[in-house]
Amino acid sequence: MGVETGTIGLPRTALAPGSDRDAALRVASDELGDKGFVLARMDRLINWARTGSLWPLSFGLACCAIEFMQVIGARYDLDRLGMVPRGSPRQADLLVVAGTLTNKMAPAFRRVYDMMPEPRYVISMGSCANGGGYYHYSYSVVRGCDRVVPVDVYVPGCPPSAEALLYGIMQLQRKIRRTGTLER
Amino acid sequence: MDIQALKELGDHIRTSLPDYVRGCETAHGELTIAVRAEAVVRTLSFLRSDSNCRFELLVDVCGVDYPERDPRFEVVYHLLSLSNNQRVRVRVPVAENEAVPSVTEVFSSAGWFERETWDLFGIYFSDHPDLRRILTDYGFEGHPLRKDFPLTGYNEVRYDDEQKRVIYEPVKLTQEFRRFDFLSPWEGPEHILPGDEKVEAGDGNEKTE
Repeated sequence: MGVETGTIGLPRTALAPGSDRDAALRVASDELGDKGFVLARMDRLINWARTGSLWPLSFGLACCAIEFMQVIGARYDLDRLGMVPRGSPRQADLLVVAGTLTNKMAPAFRRVYDMMPEPRYVISMGSCANGGGYYHYSYSVVRGCDRVVPVDVYVPGCPPSAEALLYGIMQLQRKIRRTGTLER
Repeated sequence: MDIQALKELGDHIRTSLPDYVRGCETAHGELTIAVRAEAVVRTLSFLRSDSNCRFELLVDVCGVDYPERDPRFEVVYHLLSLSNNQRVRVRVPVAENEAVPSVTEVFSSAGWFERETWDLFGIYFSDHPDLRRILTDYGFEGHPLRKDFPLTGYNEVRYDDEQKRVIYEPVKLTQEFRRFDFLSPWEGPEHILPGDEKVEAGDGNEKTE
């Protein structure tokens, strides 16, 4: 498999209009005409769609939500990644656990997760969500949100900076791209 | 805060309620009066209505646990007078199996404060319209701000994949809580800091070179 070529023999980088592009397009068109299908790369198309419109649920539990808001806001701008925060778990693909998950919240939190449609992804943000953090020995805090829901990416920090969360989101995109399965 | 005004206010409260007020002191620019539990409603309604006091605002109701004292708990009411720009603290000692009359009739804001105090300390408030837990989990055991409450509590939650719901289990820790702050003035051993022995030795009369 040629690394430099894309789906049907086209170069990955965009070509300027001209004879080069015409030649490349002709090659691609001939290949499509010979084979008659492009299904072999359907998973890549789906991954492109999944990573490019990863809608997060606006779900903040504590101070990490402030950093989450910074990522959504103008400076880091999740819209660049096609991420639009949603108010309903039914419309969301991604759950960012931004903050301390308490025992009292845990059943409600699990219900929110259950309401999300597949494929769904979870980012555990900050020490409290990762493993209880500062409140690990507390009588009222869940020692890590992975006791309640399966987690894809853990973002360390207390709270993680907006860059760190953005990096975590990019790692999740990488994971989706690499997993590359239609069913999850 | 004007100390003189606070002292006069304290004297006024003491002379007006001689049967109820058991102690009255001014420390750190704050006035504190001590009241028996059965007199708390009348005291607080006096503090609210009296023309010299006019404490219209109940800032806080909270509890304190003194395990070594005989009436183990204390309920503390903080009042603010917006008219006179003055504050007063009312302390009510209460035993473990004793009830404090609710002051919701006097200050309607006391309802949730008393629920919180009941939740965290287990101090019962009689005649409260709706005395339920307010902060801790539904079906929580114990009162977490009591000094004898274990740090990690009794139950922890986990999602059970077979029952498809969040379940409660007894706490199981892989590692016990450890304290590393040996220099803490509250938790660590008694460390005499350099210079402390001078305080022990004299009453400040000695001159140091």
